[in-house]
Amino acid sequence: MDELRELYQEMILDHHKNPRNFHGMDAASHAAEGYNPLCGDKVTVYLQLDRDTIKDISFEGSGCAICTASTSVMTELLQGKTLSEAEALFGRFRALVTSDPGEKPDQAGLGKLVIFAGVREYPIRIKCATLPWHTMQAALEDKSETVSTE
Amino acid sequence: MRTNPATEQHGHSSPYDVFAIRKDFPILRQKVYGKPLIYLDNAATAQKPQVVIDTLRRYYERTNSNVHRGVHALSQRATEEFENTREKIRDFIDASDTREIVFVRGTTEGINLIAVSYGDSHVSAGDEVVVSEMEHHSNIVPWQLLCERKGAHLKVIPMNDDGELLIDEYAKLLTPKTKIVSLVYVSNSLGTINPVKQMIEMAHKKGICVVIDGAQAAPHLAVSVRELDCDFYVFSSHKMYGPMGVGVVYGKQELLEKMPPYQGGGDMIKSVTFAKTIYNTLPFKFEAGTPNVGDVLGLGAVVDYLQHIGYPAIAEHERDLLEYATARLSTVDGIRLIGTAKDKLGVVSFVLDGVHPHDLGTIVDREGIAIRTGHHCTQPIMQHYNLPATSRASFGIYNTRDEVDALVASIDKVKEVFK
Repeated sequence: MDELRELYQEMILDHHKNPRNFHGMDAASHAAEGYNPLCGDKVTVYLQLDRDTIKDISFEGSGCAICTASTSVMTELLQGKTLSEAEALFGRFRALVTSDPGEKPDQAGLGKLVIFAGVREYPIRIKCATLPWHTMQAALEDKSETVSTE
Repeated sequence: MRTNPATEQHGHSSPYDVFAIRKDFPILRQKVYGKPLIYLDNAATAQKPQVVIDTLRRYYERTNSNVHRGVHALSQRATEEFENTREKIRDFIDASDTREIVFVRGTTEGINLIAVSYGDSHVSAGDEVVVSEMEHHSNIVPWQLLCERKGAHLKVIPMNDDGELLIDEYAKLLTPKTKIVSLVYVSNSLGTINPVKQMIEMAHKKGICVVIDGAQAAPHLAVSVRELDCDFYVFSSHKMYGPMGVGVVYGKQELLEKMPPYQGGGDMIKSVTFAKTIYNTLPFKFEAGTPNVGDVLGLGAVVDYLQHIGYPAIAEHERDLLEYATARLSTVDGIRLIGTAKDKLGVVSFVLDGVHPHDLGTIVDREGIAIRTGHHCTQPIMQHYNLPATSRASFGIYNTRDEVDALVASIDKVKEVFK
């Protein structure tokens, strides 16, 4: 049970039950859809840019707790960030969830993203955590095809 | 050839002795995350009894050789055992002739063979092919490809919310344009047993060819293709406790005779010159290249094994498990069963309020319980219920009521995590 608590931390469950920035966006300048058909996770990420700053970011969709919480936390953290800050954070997040679960995670600059360190123990679930980030990146690159991390 | 090593080793006695059967499956002895493995993903693939593993080992240790070509002792032995297995399969599904038994890689390849060989020569622009809403993707996509090649149309028999096909709607879909009906016997996602005998009769009254996808029926039901009177019947070895990589296409001889080959190569020819190639006789016309001899023999071994336990006893055991699991899961607050047909077997699909199946599957897995979560390769069914995915427990000959209890207890754990 402790191991499961490691994955399903209170903050993850909270973001799953009460996702933040969970709505569409009429004024979106960028949007993309992410879909992992095998597990059924589906998110649409909306962004409104002010030059190279993320003025607003939101999402819609349905997915597992890991995917929904990851998307919700991502939208919280990226509000007001520059594109290069967003990219750097994605890089750090990806490094975290794919790092060796035996080692203590490098928490530098991760902020509350560190709650996703438990995902490392569940390789099959990493794709759930990274789907929103890849979708956000695809939106910024104006890619029209649906993103998948499966 | 030894016919029944299983009985020599264990000799299951009636009444149904599930613990004796469990001993035949070495994989079940292991622990997962420190807990005894509870395998409830049988509809995806079933585990293999020792007799199948032994058959494979014996084949590769003593017999391995190519079939239908060598004059040497090993080749003759391999050919004899291979062809004896074909006869065993003929008997298993009650076909009239071994020429009607074609070995393929699995159900998927079998349906593709029929869709290409029979489909291409019988379906033209404007014609229709009928499938049902509860088909596995492998009984949808080959027909879509056929329809694309030919400019034909795919028609879909709808189902109700219990997961039962609407027979009146089916009747309306059978028109002079309909050339093929391809139907799943038992749904892998819902467990529904379709009234295929009646549906075959209805199609035949209009002269329409019927293909039956028997992948999920093979491990649970004794089948007589002559009684069903289907034109084609397809199933896989691995879902019925046999090796992966082998399946069977049954086709009525008069149909197979007229069909062109599916693949070209060795074994499927009588003579080859650059001017003209004469195809081999049935069933070899459809078996290009070296067949999967070892796994075919493994399939033969498992047919003996299942027939020794007896399909009526298996059906009785699995009906008990299904009823028990349905009753137990129904009492869990927040669970909704998906697929509540009157006639069903082997499968309980469900969703739990507020918990995505993937999260449920992960937590249940940590209890050593293997279930399937996802769309089960039946996305149209998920669309029918407007669900992204379900959780599915599917039962086999070695599962027990205690394992159902463990599943229910693990769902309580899921609820605890998500409360």
